[in-house]
Amino acid sequence: MNKTPRQAIPEQEPALRIKNFEEVALGYTEEQALLEASRCLQCKNSPCVSGCPVQVQIPKFIQLIKEKKYLESAKKIKETNALPAVCGRVCPQESQCEKKCILGIKGEPVAIGRLERFVADYERAHSTEKVSQVKSNHVKVAIVGSGPAGLTCAADLAKKGFEITVFEAFHQAGGVLVYGIPEFRLPKSIVQKEIEKVQELGVIIKTNMVVGKIVDIEELFQQGYQAIFIGVGAGLPSFLNIPGEDLGGVYSANEFLTRVNLMKAYKFPEYDTPVKIGQKVAVVGGGNVAMDSARSAKRLGAEVYLIYRRTQKEMPARTEESHHAQEEKIIFQILTNPIEILGNEQGNVKAIKCLKMELGTPDESGRRRPIPIPGSEFILEVDSVIMALGNKSNPLLTTVTPGLELNAKGNIIVKNEAGQTSLANVWAAGDIVTGAATVIEAMGAGKKAAQSIMTQFSKVN
Amino acid sequence: MYQIIEKQVLTPVSKLFVIKHPQLAQKAQAGQFVIIRLHEKGERIPLTIADFDAKAGTISLVVQEVGKTSQEMGALKTSDQILDLIGPLGYASHIQNYGTVICIGGGLGIAPIYPIARALKKAGNRVLSIIGARNQELLFWEDKMRAVSDELYVVTDDGSSGRKGLVTEVQKELINKEKIQKVFAIGPAIMMKFVVETSRPHQLSTIVSLNSIMIDGTGMCGGCRVQVGGVTKFACVDGPEFEGLDVDFDNLFKRLNYYRDEEKVAIKKQHLCRLDNIK
Ligand SMILES: Cc1cc2nc3c(=O)[nH]c(=O)nc-3n(C[C@H](O)[C@H](O)[C@H](O)COP(=O)(O)OP(=O)(O)OC[C@H]3O[C@@H](n4cnc5c(N)ncnc54)[C@H](O)[C@@H]3O)c2cc1C
Ligand SMILES: Cc1cc2nc3c(=O)[nH]c(=O)nc-3n(C[C@H](O)[C@H](O)[C@H](O)COP(=O)(O)OP(=O)(O)OC[C@H]3O[C@@H](n4cnc5c(N)ncnc54)[C@H](O)[C@@H]3O)c2cc1C
Ligand code: SF4
Ligand code: SF4
Ligand code: FES
Repeated sequence: MNKTPRQAIPEQEPALRIKNFEEVALGYTEEQALLEASRCLQCKNSPCVSGCPVQVQIPKFIQLIKEKKYLESAKKIKETNALPAVCGRVCPQESQCEKKCILGIKGEPVAIGRLERFVADYERAHSTEKVSQVKSNHVKVAIVGSGPAGLTCAADLAKKGFEITVFEAFHQAGGVLVYGIPEFRLPKSIVQKEIEKVQELGVIIKTNMVVGKIVDIEELFQQGYQAIFIGVGAGLPSFLNIPGEDLGGVYSANEFLTRVNLMKAYKFPEYDTPVKIGQKVAVVGGGNVAMDSARSAKRLGAEVYLIYRRTQKEMPARTEESHHAQEEKIIFQILTNPIEILGNEQGNVKAIKCLKMELGTPDESGRRRPIPIPGSEFILEVDSVIMALGNKSNPLLTTVTPGLELNAKGNIIVKNEAGQTSLANVWAAGDIVTGAATVIEAMGAGKKAAQSIMTQFSKVN
Repeated sequence: MYQIIEKQVLTPVSKLFVIKHPQLAQKAQAGQFVIIRLHEKGERIPLTIADFDAKAGTISLVVQEVGKTSQEMGALKTSDQILDLIGPLGYASHIQNYGTVICIGGGLGIAPIYPIARALKKAGNRVLSIIGARNQELLFWEDKMRAVSDELYVVTDDGSSGRKGLVTEVQKELINKEKIQKVFAIGPAIMMKFVVETSRPHQLSTIVSLNSIMIDGTGMCGGCRVQVGGVTKFACVDGPEFEGLDVDFDNLFKRLNYYRDEEKVAIKKQHLCRLDNIK
């Protein structure tokens, strides 16, 4: 039996990294990758594969690493996953592929994500291969939204000769990958490269196009698009509806992260968009979005409190993220619920008033319900508050599309795994269907929709 | 990239740009706005669609130079390009035949009130317009406004053009003189607040266009949130026009002022850069 331990990934020291926005995890060296790959048992039934939403051929790509055939390994991954450099970094592997790894039963699973990242990074640095456009089949497809769902669907269809145009509301493609997930977890240059590769396949990306405003679904059909894929994500911020939420200095995580990531406010005044958070920041929430907000605020020089109403055990954030946050000295203010934000004379945040909580019996989600402790009110002085409470679906497009069936939460209802909606020749996938989920799930669903579109139009033509 | 095909200097601090964007020009309606970003390091700022010409495939924007981005835009010339132009955003003004309406444009607000007044006139309303500015130098489009109004009143703070005084004084007189069904007002937030207060005793519906700070303009960030009738609304997707009688203006002022210091930093940097160029 191989006794090599799971290889740690080199990281920037916490004291150093809180002063910059560069990537925290530095990636395996070739030597580390080979050691880690050597741990894989090449299981015949490969349980790990079933944990991956897009069924990356894990043992096969790891075998190719062992043989030092890194470019081939990257190709193997790309057969099912168009964005390995992204997924290797941001997939919640501990609850997907690595959760199913046989080695995880007794010890530590193979670091599948880190290996995936290694080969993807290797390929980016060394591959000179150009993707080439295939011959057009003259079927025009419009993709609305350029997040992971839209990009995956676009790429898969383009590879089969479909003529693809992606419509994106922002001035830059990538969805949450560019406006939400921070640079220190996912460098934007990597996302840019991946998008360029999708464009090399012949996909046209039209930015600055808010579908539902400048053009609607019906008009897209009139313009000759035969199929339409909707991947507009879940982009409607939630607030707590407590007094003081309109004070200057109260941000939704979407606003804060968009300013910092997409608009590069951390480089203000080199970039024109400012972000103002002051010396002390409270981030409300316990998911990945809260961790990203807290860690971004820390890098802008603030002392950061993460306010969460249950305990660390119930936090929905990835373990790695909360671990990193703690290393970075984010103060976890758990079992705490904000009840009011207090302002100064200028109308800006001065403090946040909270209640202490305790855990009661489990609720519908199976997590123990937080109950306020009477008389436990206290005041935490802060200069700004970031509400990271999760996102709902943005109604901008869905409400101006007659006949498109939505559920009570405003998500698009699909009839099947292929993502067919109540409208003929309209597919949907990603967060707009499932509610806020993960990058790889959005990609997986985008792929299935692409497959379904191919099937439908190969019949016709 | 979107090309500027014409520039007009309306006043020393406000410039009009006619920009080519056929698809947008087809869709634009009075009351809607766009978001622009001038260059790679630029900020996204909202600007009202001051006019549009579907045949020519152009839209017009009028920008008042108040800070870094608007000053940079003001310095652009005919045939220069704007990197990003997103729109039309927000809802169009609700135009119908109300009867007699008052249209008020204060300062730069004259530009966006113009297509609304024009549409109201076309819909058969009796249009009484009031335009105001600090002084004559800052007034523009008097002729254009006159052409779409049954009556036009001009006021300036210092009396250098038209009558000396405030737009609300004329508004009050008109309300007392004849039955008014609706008021449309666009201008500085403080002006809109006082216009609404002038209408309030008469419970006269007064539509205002809220200029809160925006990032995406699509309902994604919540930065533009305003309180209307006790409910949180996003100005970019629920507005930008709202019933002024229901708007919490004090809340809006607070949120508008939040970035004042940073704006000074941005401008200072810009000025330093200009000095660098001279050296
Ligand atoms: C801060 C943050 C951190 C996260 N961290 C992780 C993580 O570590 N790992 C992970 O797996 N997942 C993470 N997620 C979740 C993940 O990013 C999403 O599940 C995923 O991006 C969903 O992909 P999508 O393609 O459905 O939508 P999105 O990525 O949201 O993309 C939708 C795109 O559609 C565009 N759009 C919207 N409306 C219109 C319109 N009307 N017209 C044109 N375009 C439109 C939007 O601008 C956007 O670009 C995180 C999410 C956030 C917000
Ligand atoms: C829906 C909408 C339509 C608008 N239409 C027009 C228009 O047609 N023409 C025009 O010139 N301006 C318009 N504005 C205002 C314009 O967006 C701001 O003047 C611009 O963002 C200022 O950017 P800046 O970098 O030049 O100034 P900054 O340096 O950002 O700010 C300078 C000054 O302007 C104030 N300010 C900042 N942002 C706004 C804002 N969004 N609204 C009002 N004041 C602000 C600041 O408090 C500060 O006092 C509109 C705003 C909205 C929300
Ligand atoms: S795509 Fe994500 S879940 Fe699948 S193998 Fe790669 S890291 Fe694991
Ligand atoms: S389960 Fe683990 S050990 Fe087995 S093939 Fe998959 S990665 Fe390798
Ligand atoms: S500008 Fe972001 S929600 Fe309105």
